[in-house]
Amino acid sequence: MASIKFAVDGKPVTVNADPAMPLLYALRNDLEMSNPHFGCGLAQCGACTVHLDGEPVRSCVMPLSAVAGRKVTTLQGLGTPKKPHPLQAAFVEEQVPQCGYCVNGWIMTAAAFLKKNPKATDSQVREALAGLKCRCGTHVAILRAIKRAQSMMA
Amino acid sequence: MNARNQLPLSRREFLKASGALIVGASGPVFFGDTLAQAPAGSLRPAVVPTELDSWVAITADGRVVAFFGKMDMGQCLDVAIAQIVADELDVAYEKVEVVMGDTALTCNQGGASGSTGISTGARPLRNAAAEARRLLVESASQKLGVPAAQLRVDNGVVSAVSDPSKKVSYAELIGGRHFNHQVEWNKQTGNPMDIKVQAKPKSPSEYRVVGKSFPRRDVAGKVYRTDKYVTDVSLPGMLHARVIRPTRAACTVASVDEASIRAVKGARVVREKDFVAVLAEHEWDAVRASRMLKVDWNHAKQSPFPPMAELHEHIRRAPVQKREEPVKRGDVDAAFKTAARVVEAEYEWPFQSHASMGPACAVADVRADGVVVWTGSQKPHFVQLGVARLLGVPPEKVRAIWVTGPGSYGRNDAGDAALDAAMLSKLAGKPVRVQGMRQDGIAWDPKGPACVHRARAALDASGKVIAYEFISKGFSRINIQTNESDPSHSLVGMSTGLPPKPNDAFNVPAESYVFDNKLLAWETIAPLLDSCSPLRTSHLRDPVGPEIQFGSEQFIDELAAATGEDPVAFRLKYVTAPRDAAVIKAAAEKALWQARPAPRANRSGDVRPGRGIAYAQRGGSIVAVVAEIEVERKSGRIRAKKFTVAHDCGLIINPEGLRYTIEGNVVHGLSRTLFEEVRFDRDRVTSIDWMTYPILDIADAPESIDVVLINRPEVAPTGAGEPSIRVIPAAVANAFFDATGVRLRKVPLTPERVKAALARA
Repeated sequence: MASIKFAVDGKPVTVNADPAMPLLYALRNDLEMSNPHFGCGLAQCGACTVHLDGEPVRSCVMPLSAVAGRKVTTLQGLGTPKKPHPLQAAFVEEQVPQCGYCVNGWIMTAAAFLKKNPKATDSQVREALAGLKCRCGTHVAILRAIKRAQSMMA
Repeated sequence: MNARNQLPLSRREFLKASGALIVGASGPVFFGDTLAQAPAGSLRPAVVPTELDSWVAITADGRVVAFFGKMDMGQCLDVAIAQIVADELDVAYEKVEVVMGDTALTCNQGGASGSTGISTGARPLRNAAAEARRLLVESASQKLGVPAAQLRVDNGVVSAVSDPSKKVSYAELIGGRHFNHQVEWNKQTGNPMDIKVQAKPKSPSEYRVVGKSFPRRDVAGKVYRTDKYVTDVSLPGMLHARVIRPTRAACTVASVDEASIRAVKGARVVREKDFVAVLAEHEWDAVRASRMLKVDWNHAKQSPFPPMAELHEHIRRAPVQKREEPVKRGDVDAAFKTAARVVEAEYEWPFQSHASMGPACAVADVRADGVVVWTGSQKPHFVQLGVARLLGVPPEKVRAIWVTGPGSYGRNDAGDAALDAAMLSKLAGKPVRVQGMRQDGIAWDPKGPACVHRARAALDASGKVIAYEFISKGFSRINIQTNESDPSHSLVGMSTGLPPKPNDAFNVPAESYVFDNKLLAWETIAPLLDSCSPLRTSHLRDPVGPEIQFGSEQFIDELAAATGEDPVAFRLKYVTAPRDAAVIKAAAEKALWQARPAPRANRSGDVRPGRGIAYAQRGGSIVAVVAEIEVERKSGRIRAKKFTVAHDCGLIINPEGLRYTIEGNVVHGLSRTLFEEVRFDRDRVTSIDWMTYPILDIADAPESIDVVLINRPEVAPTGAGEPSIRVIPAAVANAFFDATGVRLRKVPLTPERVKAALARA
């Protein structure tokens, strides 16, 4: 057990846990933040994605020890219904999610990518999002929403 | 008005009042009430189909609550129900709330099932809303002293046609109170449940809300993650569980070494016969313990599965358990004897997994005075029955509450998780949350059945098809029942000694081709393993639809090619139903289809374009799709460029919602066509994650999906949740033939198979 301090969505937190425990369990269980999902536990689907110091990481394989002193941003920290991130607004506008279990991964990964590559082409966007999974087949809507977000951010 | 008759103000408060939900410090959390604390139905008459109050209510402030015994899985179904109810009651769409998926609040309409959400699911709601309007207008008539025939309703306000100042609102008439009105139930449970009422529902020409696109209501909650999933349900004192599935199929437990998890503080083992699980207060401890636990398994002497490469040979050789011939016209065998030419082909489809986005999760609180189960299952009313049977308690003591889960599309692992949670809570004496790990959602969910399709056709000298035969042979689509009402069909039931109860069913192509002599038949074979099989089969989105139509619609294309005819023209020559012909024409026209036979004449270069069409019916709906693809010869990759779908499901309730639902079908279908195949060795399923069960990546998503919606207001609405997935595999395979002149008759159409097929050609 270790006492590990870091920040989540701008707030300092302390978690007393196994330092090898993935960040996802700390967020979901210790901090009662349910927004990142457990999808695979293997970094193969992206449902658990959060930003660590601004970079997208798969929290299901990120040991808590590696998070000490760093800044974690979750989907809820990215934006809220009152202050949405353009991607969130676009995903709502385009009615993207169906079951919605994957949507966290798409938005968090795309947000980090568009920040650096606001004018990315369709094929660059596809490349950046490779590996993320969606089981309802909303991929075409995801691409439409990202395009919409790009024009909102321009 | 007493408290018993008071209706809640909002859906959330409704659930809160009935004990399902409280708002805690960290946002809404689900609270583990029991039926004793908040008896089901304390807010209104018993929830039975014969009570109008079981279907519809008017709140004190004039809003309408519709109680829907199915649920929306993200395809706009609740919105459509609200539209239908709004029209019948003459209220604004925004005023209608839809409560769904809670056995204490809704009747058993069968849950999400067979694309029947609108076709059968909306019927009792429509009738109930019409009846409620009739009663309200009658009541207004007495109050205003105006004959009912001289009254009109605008947005929940009843007024005299001749004197609009004479008016009374629904809220004033009944708000917050109950109708206490009996309706006639058709005595059916599940999908066909309906009620008969005195009121006559409106005719489609009177609809103002139905037919318009209202946005979905669940989207913002999912995008901002303010809504909760079943994975987020948390109860005081709850334990986390992981079920330990055997390392090989056909195993029993020899011994469990409880000391092997001693290092995980507070973790413990629970076991009932061959059902083993670990429990811990913290989820991570449960995960750790599940990895550390040592279980000795007794393996069966014989490996249960054939070598994977011999799967389809096994299907061909296996004795037929059941055969049906749903379509039999003329004398096929006699006609074949007169044939000038015979065309034959066989098509193969693998086992496929639901492989839901996350492994299933459920939470159960089993107490002496009642049981509550939170489940992502598509069929919570059947979970209620299954849990009751598993635990040996009366069904009325069990409440199942559906909460959005990590995926669905059939009898996936959610059905097992719900019963697992109930058994574990009983064994632990505490509330238990169970979620699988990734392999539980791919290796251990019930599978879509592997199958082989044999097709042959006889042509006369002129090229006319004089006989046609299509026979599917495969594992049953219902080896495992498609709902959870009988625990014999669950892993926990079977591993604790309940006997398997296999059933046999398959299906035949759904089309309207007329051939003078025609036989469509199916044959099922025995499961590879009777009990607890990771290859047990059940419903996966559009059960056996993509499987069968991959063969039948490719074979039609093979006949068109054999006779040198254009694939669209060939279909139109033999299709007889006018709506079917209209759908095929609509897809072809929208896709700018130029008539010519396949394959295309110019087939050179590394990247070869191709186009293909497929059409099918499903439960009254009709779909046709034109696939435009590119085949990369060197890499063997098939790139889907564009799909053009024409879709006729009768009266359209919500065009945008329908469009998104079709898009999801197309991409899900493309994934199953190009990538999906459950791998196994002689003893186990070896598809355990996304590397070993690849699905479509966004790189492979089509560039565009064009949807032509054919609205037929005069035709009662049929389904849309599944029909358009079944035409995708054949359309892609037909486009591949058009591009290359080579047939691919085995799914998935992987680069390896593409390269091998092109090398053989």
